[in-house]
Amino acid sequence: MKKSLRASFKRGSMAGVATLGASALVLTGCGAAPEAGSTASAGASDYTGCIVSDSGGFDDQSFNQSSYEGLKKTEKDLGIKVNQIESKTNNDFEPNLRAMVTAGCNLTITVGFLLGDATKAQATANPDKHFAIIDFGYDQPISNVKPIIYDTAQAAFLAGYLAAGTTKTGTVATFGGIKIPTVTIFMDGYADGVKYYNEQKGKNVKLLGWNKDAQDGSFTGDFEKQDVGKQLTKNFLDQGADIVMPVAGPVGKGAGAALNEAKAAGKDVKLIWVDSDGYLTAPDYKGIMLSSVMKQMGEAVETVVTEDKDGKFNSTPYVGTLANDGVQLAPFHDLDSQVPAELKSDLEKIKKDIIDGKLKVESAASPKA
Amino acid sequence: MPDQQSPEHTPDAQPAPPPHDSQETAAGEQTAAAVAVDTAGGAMQPSAVPGTAQSGQLPGDSGTVLRRIFTGSGMVSVLAVLLALILGGLLIASTDKQVASTAGYFFARPTDMLAAVWNAATRSYIALFQGSVFNPRGNGLAAQFAPLMETLTIATPLITAGLGVALAFRAGLFNIGAQGQIIVAGILAAWVGFALHLPVGLHLLLVLVAGIVGGALWGGLAGLLKARTGAHEVILTIMFNYIALYFLRYLLNTPAFQRPGESNPISPILDPSAVYPQILGSQYRLHLGFILAIGATVLVWWLLNRSTVGFEFRAVGANPKAAQTAGINVSRSTILVMAIAGGLAGMSGVAQVAGTEKVLTDGVAATYGFDAITVALLGRSTPWGTFAAGLLFGAFRAGAVQMQIQTGTPIDIVLVVQSLIVLFIAAPPLVRAVFGLNPRRRKPARAAKSGQAATTGGAA
Repeated sequence: MKKSLRASFKRGSMAGVATLGASALVLTGCGAAPEAGSTASAGASDYTGCIVSDSGGFDDQSFNQSSYEGLKKTEKDLGIKVNQIESKTNNDFEPNLRAMVTAGCNLTITVGFLLGDATKAQATANPDKHFAIIDFGYDQPISNVKPIIYDTAQAAFLAGYLAAGTTKTGTVATFGGIKIPTVTIFMDGYADGVKYYNEQKGKNVKLLGWNKDAQDGSFTGDFEKQDVGKQLTKNFLDQGADIVMPVAGPVGKGAGAALNEAKAAGKDVKLIWVDSDGYLTAPDYKGIMLSSVMKQMGEAVETVVTEDKDGKFNSTPYVGTLANDGVQLAPFHDLDSQVPAELKSDLEKIKKDIIDGKLKVESAASPKA
Repeated sequence: MPDQQSPEHTPDAQPAPPPHDSQETAAGEQTAAAVAVDTAGGAMQPSAVPGTAQSGQLPGDSGTVLRRIFTGSGMVSVLAVLLALILGGLLIASTDKQVASTAGYFFARPTDMLAAVWNAATRSYIALFQGSVFNPRGNGLAAQFAPLMETLTIATPLITAGLGVALAFRAGLFNIGAQGQIIVAGILAAWVGFALHLPVGLHLLLVLVAGIVGGALWGGLAGLLKARTGAHEVILTIMFNYIALYFLRYLLNTPAFQRPGESNPISPILDPSAVYPQILGSQYRLHLGFILAIGATVLVWWLLNRSTVGFEFRAVGANPKAAQTAGINVSRSTILVMAIAGGLAGMSGVAQVAGTEKVLTDGVAATYGFDAITVALLGRSTPWGTFAAGLLFGAFRAGAVQMQIQTGTPIDIVLVVQSLIVLFIAAPPLVRAVFGLNPRRRKPARAAKSGQAATTGGAA
């Protein structure tokens, strides 16, 4: 509903579109009819991979979408069958999962902590079926459920360090969508990165929007209202921040819009995207996109599906880290020249230290391995 | 189950009926409704909003337009559903790959595309049926009827919340607040369910009572504010929805409503003693709440058609000023009807947390509160009509899952069909025009002569 409301058309352009569509229909309708009996042969595999979204849907520009795209890729690469079903509300989780089991899915991927209980129930009731759940881990492992979780704080730490090393005003900011662990883990890592930079360089870069010790900060309240993200970002700018990391899915676009306006007004501002490489997925903000904290969900889904198809399924959680490239700091793209060489080598070293375990990044929301 | 036809049911599906009592009643109501200001006959302080705007009424005879929409002809409901399904089928076809490819050579061999359109629509609707009533491919009779049980499960909260909305409609109140009432009921019921640990039987009873009381308080509060201050119930209930939702979100961010050791906004699972028993075995989700929904339907039917209180509700709904003159306490009726409506919506909240979800999340009410308005409209605000409409919408929701899996038809199609149903119910003349049932088009002079009651809402 929110998507359809967002789309508004001018009457004039609608008429134009209608005319165009009608003429296109007439023109394309003149093709020759094909001969009967030409059917394409589909992939040979009987393996079926399925995915159930949470209420965000597969076009949420966040984890539902990334996971779905990962599964869609395996459809081509491995020649498997793919079944997908969107949940419109929390009520749909259990029926959808039941339907997937009935439809004969070998592996069903569920997205988000809200599906935790429903996945557990279906996994227990159907021990011969395999499940994977994104962004949620169980206290007690279930033998046929593979959690796919991310130590996002590691990559966010790099982003915090990068922001602190790049800021001109000495103030950086972040905000979240809803205060849940998968969001606050970004903010914890970011805060620690800023703090680490201050310790190493003897600087005093300020962070707005998140207090790691108090575990409290700025949130927009949902993953929908872009205008709230925009307003929040404007407030941060007024308080002197010049780099903002929104951890709020599509609401990040509100931050991008506010920063684009500030840039047009002559301010030197930058944006750090999350989940995917924003330079590619949110090209409107290319000019201010410093970097992105990426969770490689598509790749993880592909890995898990491939393993299961080859009979190598296990319930050990997949934890995305810097070491296995499950979480990453995206390239700087157009702003590469604005990142000093020294900072780049610092980031390389920190990344290596985190992978080697010399530098520990901790968050209350970190996956408990 | 035949419903007692109340006088405001004008037989508007018949072409130009002969004059009889109901015409006079309707005409009388029209005049009265135009005069009545929405302050419960002067008992309440007039609010800043003009009386005509308060009920969303146009000046003149539209008081009955509103009533006709709420309690319109059953035929229109059926035709509206049919029309919505046909349009939905066309929409399904327009997104179908086979249709798109055959459209490429429409002029060379048109039958291909028409067949593809027919196939796409029927395939989806057959999947919808198999997902909601009977699945012949199921393993054994129990599995074959599993979809029907799923339909009844999903229908349960729709029916009770729909009854709440319908009851308020009959008392002339537009209760948009079912959503908030479900949420408040869900909060209380869930808290009793996971925080208290009581013996079997007593625990569930307390969960049910907590939910109904929660909903009744939330609805009754809106009724109280309307009765005492004249604030409009639509504004009140919409705002109360927001208050309830954000209150729930706040609670879910406090440790008292979170699982020990976790900080996700999701409550602990309710105790086994606090959830509805599954009445037909554990292979179905169907729970005791459905039986209670049938009970609630009977209760509302009795309340409206057999009790003094129900008569007062209907009298207030027909004309608050006249009801006041006749000695009915309009304020009391307003508060009471909103409280009962809230209690009914509260039963939906209990069905959610104790029946299907078993946890409290910020999506506990789903969209049931708003779907309930549609259900009540489709059911013409009669108890058994609402019950049937609830079943239909439950079937849509249950079948949509199967439709999406079997044919890849997006679940949004079902939402489009639901919305189209509302649209058509709100415009009965449109539906009749489509099916050629509008006799007055050809003879406007005679229709005008035969009195206002023969005219159908909006077309006059």
